[in-house]
Amino acid sequence: MDAKYARRRHTNTVAMTLCWGAALFGISWLAFILVALLWNGVAGLNIAVFTEVTPGPGSTGGGLLNAIVGSLIMTTIGVAIGTPIGMLAGTYMAEYGRYAKLTKVVRFINDILLSAPSIIIGLFIYEAVVVPLGHFSALAGSLALAVIVIPVVVRTTEDMLLLVPNTLREASIALGMPRAYMIMRVAYSAARAGIVTGVLLAIARASGETAPLLFTALSSPFLSLDLGKEMANLPVIINNFAGSPYENWRQLAWTGALLITLAVLTLSVGARVLTRQGAQK
Amino acid sequence: MNSVANTLADPTPGGDALPAKLRIKNLKFFYGATLALKGIDLNLYDKHVTAFIGPSGCGKSTLLRVLNRMYDLYPNQRAEGQVLLDGDNLLDPRLDINLLRARVGMVFQKPTPFPMTIYENIAFGIRLYEKLPKSEMDGRVETALKGAALWNEVKDKLHTSGLGLSGGQQQRLCIARTVAIKPEVILFDEPCSALDPISTAKVEELIDELSATYTIAIVTHNMQQAARVSDYTAFMYLGELIEFGPTNAIFTSPKNQRTQEYITGRFG
Amino acid sequence: MTDHIAKAYDRDLEALGRKIAEMGGIAEKMLADAIDALVNLDADLGRATAAVDQRLDTLQREVEEAAILTIARRQPMAVDLREIVAAIRVSGDLERVGDLAKNIARRAVRLAHEPRLPRAMIGLRHMGELAALHLKEVLDAYAQRDIDAAREVWLRDQELDSLDDSVFRDLLTFMMEDPRNITFCTHLLFCSKNIERVGDHATNIAETVHYLVTGENMPLDRPKGGQSTIDGGEPLP
Repeated sequence: MDAKYARRRHTNTVAMTLCWGAALFGISWLAFILVALLWNGVAGLNIAVFTEVTPGPGSTGGGLLNAIVGSLIMTTIGVAIGTPIGMLAGTYMAEYGRYAKLTKVVRFINDILLSAPSIIIGLFIYEAVVVPLGHFSALAGSLALAVIVIPVVVRTTEDMLLLVPNTLREASIALGMPRAYMIMRVAYSAARAGIVTGVLLAIARASGETAPLLFTALSSPFLSLDLGKEMANLPVIINNFAGSPYENWRQLAWTGALLITLAVLTLSVGARVLTRQGAQK
Repeated sequence: MNSVANTLADPTPGGDALPAKLRIKNLKFFYGATLALKGIDLNLYDKHVTAFIGPSGCGKSTLLRVLNRMYDLYPNQRAEGQVLLDGDNLLDPRLDINLLRARVGMVFQKPTPFPMTIYENIAFGIRLYEKLPKSEMDGRVETALKGAALWNEVKDKLHTSGLGLSGGQQQRLCIARTVAIKPEVILFDEPCSALDPISTAKVEELIDELSATYTIAIVTHNMQQAARVSDYTAFMYLGELIEFGPTNAIFTSPKNQRTQEYITGRFG
Repeated sequence: MTDHIAKAYDRDLEALGRKIAEMGGIAEKMLADAIDALVNLDADLGRATAAVDQRLDTLQREVEEAAILTIARRQPMAVDLREIVAAIRVSGDLERVGDLAKNIARRAVRLAHEPRLPRAMIGLRHMGELAALHLKEVLDAYAQRDIDAAREVWLRDQELDSLDDSVFRDLLTFMMEDPRNITFCTHLLFCSKNIERVGDHATNIAETVHYLVTGENMPLDRPKGGQSTIDGGEPLP
C-alpha cells in the first residue's frame, strides 16, 4: 500500500514538473517576443511616427501616419460591415434556427471560415473585387477585413446567446412578449458583455492581419482617405519595411509592430474585463 | 381515465360544482413521436389553487406548459385536444398567442428576473399592453410589488438591478411581474424548489393571497407544499391523470393505490 | 402495501405497532385479572393487578412520543398519517382501560375485607367477560385492519349497556332489601360502570379501525342500547 502510494506521488511529481516545464517554455517565448518588441519598438517611438507619412526609399526620418490612419479606417469599416452581419447570423442560429438544419450547415462553414488562413480571404477578395474593378482599393481591404470579422462575431454571438438561460426566454415569452422583442430587450441585454467581447476580439484579429490587405488595399506611400484607391496600413507597411535595407524603415517596422501589439493587447484585456463583469452579474 | 370524474367528491357544501376557469379536455401531448400526455381531462376551478404532483417525468410540467403554449417555442412538440379558457380554445392556432399569454401568467422554477432594474422588470411587461404616463406607471409598479409582498424590501432600490436581489426576492419579483399585467390564471412551475424555507413560506403565503383573485395551478415536488397551498390536487403518473380531488381528501385518504403509494413515499 | 423507500420509516411504524400490541395484551390481562379478583374477592390478585397499570402508562407515553417524533421527522401522509393518529388514539383508549381495570382491582381489595352477597357477582362476571371479549376482538380487528370485525364489536356495545342496566337494577334491589348492603353494592355499581366504560373504549377503538382503513369516520350516533333507570334518559357519565 505504502509502496503504491509512494509511486503515485513520484509519478505526480514527474508529471507536475513536465507541465511546469512546458508552460514555462511556451510563456518564455512569448515574453521573449514582447521584450524584443518593446526593446526595438520603443527606441523608434517619437512624435514623428504619428505626424509624418512613411519615408521614401533612401530618405531619412519619416513616420507611420498614413499607415495608422489607413488601418483605423479599414478596420472600422470592416467591423462596421462585419458586425451586423455576424450578429444577425449568430442571432438566427441561436434564436430562430436553433434546431434547424441550416444552422448546423452555417455553423460548420463558419468554423471553417474561422480557422481559414487569412491569405485565402485576401485572394478571394482579390478575385471578387480587385480584379473586376481593375485596381487595389481600401474598400476591397475593408471587405476583406469584414470577412475576417464575420465568423468571429457569428461564433461569439451564437455562443453568448446560447448561454442565456432558456428560462429567461420562457419568462419573457410567458409575459406575452413577441419573440423579436424578447431577443432585443432580454436576450441581447443578458448577452451584451459577451457579444461586445466578441466584437473586440474580432477587431483585434482584423487589425493585425497582413495577408488579406496585401492583395486588396496593397499600400501607399501617401496619406490617402480615398476608399477607391490603395491605402497604407500598418501590417503591410511592417511587412514591406521589415526586410528592407534601410535602417529607418526597419526601425519604423518595429515601432509599427509595437503599436499593433499594444492595440491588440488593450482590446484583449478590455474584452477580458468585460467578460468578467458579465460573469459577475 | 373515466374513473377520475367519479373520484371528484363534491367540492362545495351546497353540492353545486364550482365554476371552472379552465377546462382541459382529452389533452394529448407529443414530444416528437413520444406521447407525453395520454388524454387528460381536468378542470381548474376559478379562484382556487390546483396542485399537480407526481414523480419526475409524469407529465405535470408538460401539462403546465401546454396551458400557456410555451411548447410553441420548440420544434416537434404538439398538443391535441382542447384547453378552454372561459370557452376559448387555447390550442386554436388562430388565437393570438401573445394575448393568450397575457391572460395566463407563469412563474418558473428558477427565479428569472430580466437583466434590468427592479422597476423596469415590472414596467417592461406592463408597457407591452398599456401606454401609461410615468406617474401612473409608478403606481402600477408599486401595486405589483406590494401585491407580491416585496415593496417594503425594495422600495429604496427600485432602480438597481433585479439580479442583485436574493433568490426568494427574485422569485417574488417574478410573481410581481406576472401579476402586474393582470392575468386571469397564474401557473407556478415548482416555484420554491430553489428557495430556502423562509422564502418558501413567503411565496406560499403569497399564493394563498393570490388565490382570492386568480386561478392558480402549481406543480410541486414537495407534497407537504401541495397539501398546504392547494384546494385541489391532481396526481399524475406516466402521462395520465391518476386521481383528482379536494386536497384534504387526497392527502388523508386517497382513493387510488398509486396515489397512496406515491404520497406516502412507497413508490417503486 | 409495499414498503416505504425509507426503511427506517417502516421500522418506526413497526415499533409503534409492537408497542400497541403489548399495551393491548397488558390491558386485556389487567381487565381479566381485575374481574377475577372482584368476583373471587381475591385481595392479592387485586393488588398485583393494580400495580401493573404503571407499565401501561409508561407504554402509552412511549407510543405518544414515538408518534410525535415520526410526525415531525417524516410528515406522514394518507395511510401513514392515519396509522399514527390511530396509534395515538388506541394507546389512549388502552391506557384508560388500564385505569378502569385498576379501579376495579382496588375495589376488589376493599371488598375482600367484607364479603357479602355472592349472587350480586353473577351479572358483573358476565359483564366482565363480555367486555374482555369485546376488547380482545377489537384489538384483533385493529391488528388485522379488519373493518367488518371492528364494526361487529361496535354494534354489540349495546349488549354491555343493557347488562349494565340490569346489574344496576339488581344492585338497587339489594340495597333496598338491606341497607347494610349499601357500601358493598355502591362499590359494585362503580365496577359495573367501569366495565361498561371499557366497552365504550372498545367501541372507540372500533371507530379508529374504521377511520384507519377507510379514511372516513363512522357515523356519530353510535348505538346506545341500555337506558339508565335513574333518569330514564341519557346514560350516566
